[in-house]
Amino acid sequence: MKSMPGFMDEKKINMKIAVLSGKGGTGKTLVSVNLAAAAKASTYIDCDVEEPNGHLFFKPEGVQEENVTVKIPKADDKLCNACRKCVDFCNFNALAHVKDKLIVFEEVCHSCGGCILVCPEKALTEREKVIGKVQKGTSDQVSIYTGILKIGEASGVPIIKKLLDEKNPKTNKLTIIDCPPGSACIVMESIKDVDYCILVAEPTLFGVHNLNMVYELVTLLNKPFGVVLNKCLLEEKNPAEKFCIEKNIKIIERIPFDNELGTLNSNGEIAVHKNEKYRELFSSLLNTVTKEVWHETTINP
Amino acid sequence: MKQLLILSGKGGTGKTTIASAFIKLADAKAYADCDVDAPNLHLIAGWDAEPERTDYYGLSKAEIHPELCTQCGQCQQNCRFDAISIDENYKVDPFSCEGCGVCEYVCPVNAITLIPSVDGELTLYSDSGRVFSTAQLKMGSGNSGLLVTEVKKRMKSAAVNAELAIIDGSPGIGCPIIASLSGVDMVLIVAEPSISGISDMERIIKTATNFRIKTAVCVNKFDTNIEITEKIESFCNQQGLEFMGRIPFDSKAVKAVNNGQTIADIDCTSGTAVKEVYHNTMKLLLKKVGA
Amino acid sequence: MKIAIPADGKNMESNVCVSFGRAPYFLIYDVETKKSIFINNSAAASTGGAGIKAAQIIVDSKANVLITPRLGENAADVIKSADIKIYKTIAGSVKDNIDAFTANKLSLLNEIHAGFHGREEN
Repeated sequence: MKSMPGFMDEKKINMKIAVLSGKGGTGKTLVSVNLAAAAKASTYIDCDVEEPNGHLFFKPEGVQEENVTVKIPKADDKLCNACRKCVDFCNFNALAHVKDKLIVFEEVCHSCGGCILVCPEKALTEREKVIGKVQKGTSDQVSIYTGILKIGEASGVPIIKKLLDEKNPKTNKLTIIDCPPGSACIVMESIKDVDYCILVAEPTLFGVHNLNMVYELVTLLNKPFGVVLNKCLLEEKNPAEKFCIEKNIKIIERIPFDNELGTLNSNGEIAVHKNEKYRELFSSLLNTVTKEVWHETTINP
Repeated sequence: MKQLLILSGKGGTGKTTIASAFIKLADAKAYADCDVDAPNLHLIAGWDAEPERTDYYGLSKAEIHPELCTQCGQCQQNCRFDAISIDENYKVDPFSCEGCGVCEYVCPVNAITLIPSVDGELTLYSDSGRVFSTAQLKMGSGNSGLLVTEVKKRMKSAAVNAELAIIDGSPGIGCPIIASLSGVDMVLIVAEPSISGISDMERIIKTATNFRIKTAVCVNKFDTNIEITEKIESFCNQQGLEFMGRIPFDSKAVKAVNNGQTIADIDCTSGTAVKEVYHNTMKLLLKKVGA
Repeated sequence: MKIAIPADGKNMESNVCVSFGRAPYFLIYDVETKKSIFINNSAAASTGGAGIKAAQIIVDSKANVLITPRLGENAADVIKSADIKIYKTIAGSVKDNIDAFTANKLSLLNEIHAGFHGREEN
């Protein structure tokens, strides 16, 4: 057996870790926030753009905002010859043509640019439309990136692309990505380039069903992964644990149900900053994950 | 048919636990699970009969026929979704493709076609006057709004005579939520007393009130943070939202769920509390507007 | 004058369809000639924007009046831009609604519903 690299020195290993769960409320943010805080220096990226909560824990300082925009067509009615090629082309039904005027439904538009291409009169051009924003800030040695989708907008994918496109500061080799819940396309986008996935699951029958969905997702994308079982009740049977054993899935941590941890978390406190036992818990989880990633990169370089 | 939609904003607040208790208490003849990304209600709904399953087709996806492709690269250059890549041949990543048809249009040799793709499965359970409609989106599929609409439509057409329908909504504020809100008479928000719970609740309330739908709130696991529970109650007061009650954290609730039961089936503190929330909700649901 | 109504079936006894955008058919009724034509609603199968596309179909049919139980915001934008008057349906078949309209018994649809498909009343 090979020996571990110069031991678990986070700086030696450049890694991106995604934290996922089949549904919200399993403790995904708890795990991502505390992992990022347990590392000496790290980057925390909140991709849960519909409900970004990580910043409520980190309370980042020096926050800078940048809008995220998509391209929306606009028509020059003088050039339009009412051929309606654009209306017929649009598979999303975002365009209508009435009384010699083109109506554009911004929130229905997917910004594919097809209408611009098909217009024989070059009557269509594009303008930028804001769908949300990205915030950057810091808290101690953690750089915090938050994506926020505007209420009423349908897709957060462009915001995720923007978040993950940012070049993270060179000093932070460790990146923790707090993913949106579920297994939809937005989650795929979030974990595209990660080295390892942590699946957080609850010890209930619901938990198993939801875990199975993200399990299938990470298997499909061929990502190395491990499961963190949260809110474990000692005296209670644990269907999620049974599932992992049956499927031969590695359980990398069991977080017990704990009132103190629950209260800290519900008040927006970072547990590793408040109590040494939680620092130990999440540092050990980080170590385990680092080992896993190192193992993966040596067997699958 | 009166339709009650149960929503949470944030996941994991106990929305499905409460929805299933409501279904039990109301002996509901029609209910649906609109959480198409992660449906759970079927796990405790207790159906023996085999359901009727139907494929759900979402947007079409592009497909490149390599035998026709001249590798000009036009499709890749024009795709806004980074869905086309090349190794040996040009190919479409079905998970990134949004089915806009631009590649099909720009291809000079007609080597690309849009093909309908199965994005999920609709499931309808029914027996002696009871109907349960649910669906599951395939992983990696987006655009679940239409699927949510379809789930509700199937419930309504299979249970035309039901007086009450209970709908378990999906978390978040995006497309599926807007689709689940359409046509409902009232929204009950299940909030959780945490900093993130409040922030999510505010977002969901904004969405619901945008639709001018009667909206009420209850707090689940209220005793995990009394201070924030009180904050939520006073927030509701300020906003003129009716408060339906508090439900305590209860380890017996986990036990009930793991045994495929609802909290209304067993004798427990959360079960007692949910009954009161249920009665308050029904009273408000049946109240005439303006009365 | 032409009247458009979303319909569940292809005859005058059909019920009015509760959804505008996803109605299977539209009845286009000509008040002067008393002729009725049922057209397929190709928007019904759309994954998104069904109301917009359906409204375009109504505009293109040259209808002057739309009678519908409800209408989403986007579809209403299209219909209103074409100066088509929108009336609210009453219970009954499409024929009952045509009769009620010609007898001046229908009221204008005041409430335009936000979002996808609007909400039901009562």
